[in-house]
Amino acid sequence: MFESKSGILLIGGIGFFLFAFLSNALVPILLYRHLPEQTVEELADNQNLIYQFEDLKNRYPEQFEKYYGEANQENLTKALRLGSHIYTGEGCWHCHSQFIRPVSNESSRWGKVASSDEFQNELQRPVMWGTRRVGPDLSREGGRRGNDWHAVHFFNPQSLSPRSPMPKYAWFYDDNDPSKPNERGLAIITYVQWLGSWLEEYPDYEDYQPLEDQMRNPLE
Amino acid sequence: MSEAAQSSLASDDGAATLDHDHLVEERLVAWYFIAGLVYLFISFSGGLMMALQLVQWNPLQGSEYLSPGRWRMIHTNAVAYGFLANCFLAGLHWAVPRLTLKPVLSRPLSYFIFIAWQVVVVSTAAGILMGQAQGIEWGETPKWIDPLALAGLALVALNFMAPIIQAKGPLYVTLWYFMAAFVWTFLTYAMGNIAPEYFVSGTSAGAIGGLFIHDLVGLFVTPLAWGLMYYFVPILLKKPIWSHGLSLVGFWGLAFFYPLNGIHHFLYTPIPDFLEYGAIVSTIAVEFVVTTVIINFFGTLWGSGRAVVTNLPIRWFYTGMVLYFITCAQCAMQVTHTFQKLIHFTDWVVGHAHLVMFGVFSMWFFGMMTYLFPRLLKQSWYSRNLCEWHFWLSAGGILVMFIDLTLAGIFQGYFWASLQPWEASIDGSYPFWVTRLFAGLAIIGGQLAFVYNLWKTWQLSRRSAAAA
Ligand code: HEC
Ligand code: HEM
Repeated sequence: MFESKSGILLIGGIGFFLFAFLSNALVPILLYRHLPEQTVEELADNQNLIYQFEDLKNRYPEQFEKYYGEANQENLTKALRLGSHIYTGEGCWHCHSQFIRPVSNESSRWGKVASSDEFQNELQRPVMWGTRRVGPDLSREGGRRGNDWHAVHFFNPQSLSPRSPMPKYAWFYDDNDPSKPNERGLAIITYVQWLGSWLEEYPDYEDYQPLEDQMRNPLE
Repeated sequence: MSEAAQSSLASDDGAATLDHDHLVEERLVAWYFIAGLVYLFISFSGGLMMALQLVQWNPLQGSEYLSPGRWRMIHTNAVAYGFLANCFLAGLHWAVPRLTLKPVLSRPLSYFIFIAWQVVVVSTAAGILMGQAQGIEWGETPKWIDPLALAGLALVALNFMAPIIQAKGPLYVTLWYFMAAFVWTFLTYAMGNIAPEYFVSGTSAGAIGGLFIHDLVGLFVTPLAWGLMYYFVPILLKKPIWSHGLSLVGFWGLAFFYPLNGIHHFLYTPIPDFLEYGAIVSTIAVEFVVTTVIINFFGTLWGSGRAVVTNLPIRWFYTGMVLYFITCAQCAMQVTHTFQKLIHFTDWVVGHAHLVMFGVFSMWFFGMMTYLFPRLLKQSWYSRNLCEWHFWLSAGGILVMFIDLTLAGIFQGYFWASLQPWEASIDGSYPFWVTRLFAGLAIIGGQLAFVYNLWKTWQLSRRSAAAA
């Protein structure tokens, strides 16, 4: 049996593979079968996110008009879908993770530890957990920075964080101008602002204090 | 297999065609290796670009087709599907007909597969460049290529299974690994590229993603590579494998435990703890299995140790095995929660990936090419010195890169846990990233020496063919 063709093909090849699939993939599928998968339309029905989308329209009226028109639900859905597509296509997920672990002080740096329900939606198909952090985790990024901050940052990360190794994304803009984000630019900003929008503690960037300020000695 | 045994077998079958020239399509073996080398250099340009980006020396900014994020995906995909897969097909075309004494199913099919596979790999690269990547690590192949790739894998299995199925008598270890790998590769590719894209999301998709990353290394690359080692090492050392029992333990241990490891890529995620522990325990089990395989190969080497100095292919193979053992020992540590806390998400993991993909599997292929090209071209190497440079630059480069990235990972882990601003971890990584860049350049230099040597050897072979 251990050296015969059928043993190798059926037991080793198919049998053990299936056993691993059942125990390692089917078990979580069954565990989470009661968590409904949210569609992008459902995700877009979120006040934090709608606020950011309207803010984009106010800040970049001409560009917004040109690529999206109204700041309505339908266009928000469209922007989210495109943003998510760009996030995968540009390989952002090879430099940024999207889950907070319960260890290494991660919840002090970024906020609530990740839970399964957060990922049960269409934009996490395939899931964007990531395996490498060259840059920080982004799953709580929404609301921490203003839309204009992101517009400048994607155009030239080094202008805001001088030694940042993050690439410049000039093709998110018209006329090579950071004040003119194009369809893709507006979409990726919307996507980034979506991250964490489902949480109670969605921050407001004007009150948001970066970690280094929180850590500063008040007596200094 | 000796000539005598072959001719006797040929006369048993009453077929007069069973000499090597008819069994093995040597031209195809050479073409596969050359295609693999082309992708290796494409992959290098991606790795180099990302390495330059990390230290902010990347001169090619501004065009979306030169985006480092996209080229990083080309780096890994070109290595897996371009370099490794092509070299495996070369190895299979060389080894399977010799082991079974039967040609592959069909020669035209072999050439068709060769072309079809290059189309798959080139369109993968093109799709990634156009920003169409799929969001699955190692499965970035755009969605519309997946069915094509699956059809290709099925044809490969068909082409090689035909001679294996016909072979009579007990099967040699190599063929166990190959047969299982044909099944596993197909199933793994289908599972990883289809389920998380169309059927499941969130945590369950993450579990499948982990299974996929791991199975790709464990059930596609590893079994084919060990199968080839079981074939080439005894031939080069001119003696049988030390222990048949250990070969059995190695194969069945791998077959059982390896697929159970997947979730260890996503520890401390929302995946339930009992599944994480299951993956951790089976990972540690794999390290014991690996140890038996390593013992078996060093048992085989016992008494012929000098071959490591004098015989270049053997030196490549055994260096790779030592590095394999280091990789696996490292893995048994880093899979524990204690290490994961610190090193997950850091360059430690990238160091581990380079050690196994370059330090082990690529090294084995360089050994095979060093052995096979003189036979394919009927011409000994143009320069033994360049062969030595190839070895020492590769071995030195990967060692420096591995140590450097491992240290970088430990520093990064502590920088993050200490809650200093993110920029502090970037400043802290900078010297390590500069070192990795130069280690990478050394590796690339080694391969350039090899390609130049190959070019010169080919020219010599043309000249002697013309003279004859
Ligand atoms: C080479 C790795 C790399 C790639 C690729 C990359 N980033 Fe970054 N990113 C970084 C680093 C490092 C930082 C931290 C320094 C800084 O702010 O620029 C960062 C910072 C950020 C921030 C700001 C986080 C904060 O609040 O401080 C956002 C948002 C972001 N990246 C989004 C993206 C998106 C979206 C993409 C893909 C289009 C992307 N990044 C691609 C490395 C990368
Ligand atoms: C055959 C040789 C090589 C192989 C098989 C290889 C393989 C890999 C793999 C598997 C990864 C993914 C790591 C992970 O995500 O955990 C990777 C990433 C990378 N490689 Fe290579 N590599 C090779 C050569 C090189 C060289 C020569 C360089 C540098 C000049 C290089 C630079 C990089 C960089 C910068 C990354 C991205 C790491 C990150 O995300 O931080 N690689 N490579």
